[in-house]
Amino acid sequence: MEIILDIIMIPAVLACIKIAVIILLFAMPLGTVLTLMERKWSSMIQDRVGPNRANIGAFTGHGALHLAADGLKSIFKEDTIPKGANGFLYLIAPFFGLIAAVATFAIIPIAGPIGDFTFQVTDINPGLLFIFAITSLNVYGAVLAGTSSNSKFALLGGTRASAQMISYEVFMGLALMGIFMVYGSTRVSSIVDGQNEYWFGNLIPMWGIFTQPLGFILFFTALVAETKRAPFDAPEGESEIVAGYFLEYSGMRWSAFMLAEYVSLVGVAALMTTLFFGGYHVPWLHLWESAPQWLVTVLQIIKFSFVTLIFCWFQIQLRWTVPKFRFDQTMGLGWKKLLPLSLVNIIVTAFVILTLA
Amino acid sequence: MELKVKRMERVDGIKEAMFLPGIINGLRLTVKHFWRNLFGARDVVTVNYPEEKRHVSHRWRGRHRLTRLDNGFLSCVACYMCETVCPSKCIHIEAGEHPDLSVEKYPVVFDIDELRCVFCGLCVEACPKDAIRMDTGIVSMAYTSRQTFDFTRDLLRDSYDPNTHSNPKYKDKDLPTPANQTEALPNSHGVPAS
Repeated sequence: MEIILDIIMIPAVLACIKIAVIILLFAMPLGTVLTLMERKWSSMIQDRVGPNRANIGAFTGHGALHLAADGLKSIFKEDTIPKGANGFLYLIAPFFGLIAAVATFAIIPIAGPIGDFTFQVTDINPGLLFIFAITSLNVYGAVLAGTSSNSKFALLGGTRASAQMISYEVFMGLALMGIFMVYGSTRVSSIVDGQNEYWFGNLIPMWGIFTQPLGFILFFTALVAETKRAPFDAPEGESEIVAGYFLEYSGMRWSAFMLAEYVSLVGVAALMTTLFFGGYHVPWLHLWESAPQWLVTVLQIIKFSFVTLIFCWFQIQLRWTVPKFRFDQTMGLGWKKLLPLSLVNIIVTAFVILTLA
Repeated sequence: MELKVKRMERVDGIKEAMFLPGIINGLRLTVKHFWRNLFGARDVVTVNYPEEKRHVSHRWRGRHRLTRLDNGFLSCVACYMCETVCPSKCIHIEAGEHPDLSVEKYPVVFDIDELRCVFCGLCVEACPKDAIRMDTGIVSMAYTSRQTFDFTRDLLRDSYDPNTHSNPKYKDKDLPTPANQTEALPNSHGVPAS
């Protein structure tokens, strides 16, 4: 028993366990379930019934078995490689997106630290810069899939995706500059702890959404564009370029693209929670001083998951509400509106910080 | 000729350029629908077809049936009216003498090839004895073999129970298989039964 505990407490082993737990118990299941939830929720928005046919005997579980049906279908479907495709690049392209989506969770804390133990895979100093680095890796997935498929549609989709993602990375960084200035760090744990302070006694928590309302809107817009979901889904414009850069994929590799989309959706939600909604901190919980440690941790995990889930829902709701931007409108919105606004946001934040200091 | 061009008023300005008021308006609508359907599904108009069936008007021309008299014998007197009027020639009748002397004439063979039938309803209107009707309410006939669509006399008479007519969820399951049909009466397909 002692030996097992010692092995577990080796930092590398501990990190591996944390990765496994966060990815296998949080990110992946939520992402998988969201593929079904997207179809189910969209049907509710549009007054439809939604998927409810997959069954085992009389059991349908209100469509829950469609998850298993989709998975089985993907696994048994033929993994085709188009004629003239660059085989190696074609085969590895789906995993760039998936790895980038999953790696987001490396720096996201899902509960407060207990002693030395942190509920976070790694708390590196660059913090959010790591997120920017990882999301730019995401571009490779789209570009490689587009260029290696030997298909004009896929090439156009890959071009659009790369142009859009590279553009919006700029505003994503600039929009977050305000957060760095307010909380004085790029380190995630410092930002989260900074949001545990209060204004006017104990009235309003200093959450990112209150300190940086414009930054919140800008960053969220940039992240939605970064995940290539509606209204910024020009890379997958079905009426123009069919499915875009993953047009030629089939079976499990196509599922990897889909899974990457939904895992990054969860990633966006977790990131928004961490940066703008106090992370794991339950507001006004510090007033209850005699709270047992385990209860605090449980409440923190519940709060984090709840806000994350709300944001997952919100992104899906947004997709079924807003019509798609044309591609030039996407770029116009980015360069002509978001870029000046994020610069204004930085300047205003700087002035406010200087005046208050 | 001068072309008529309708110029649309485009709303410009800061409100439109910000997108946010429009997005919030749209979200208000979709969220309303989402919440209402999450609890109760009141707005969903879909009919889950095989389990639920839409109400079919009693005037709908569905699958044919042969009616009976009160004493149980077929109303049909094999007058060939329906076979004559049928535009798609899907009815085949052979008249014969009935063993019971109270019945003058009756169809020994009364076949309808439902695959040829165009469901025009002329046979129903032509019938002087109200012997053939299309009021079964069976709107879809989906079988796996062509033989199943050859409805013989006894099948037309027995496969629909007028007493359950009021039941819109008429189950179309207990049809005799083609093997039983030939047992009930040899299906002639236009060829006289040997």
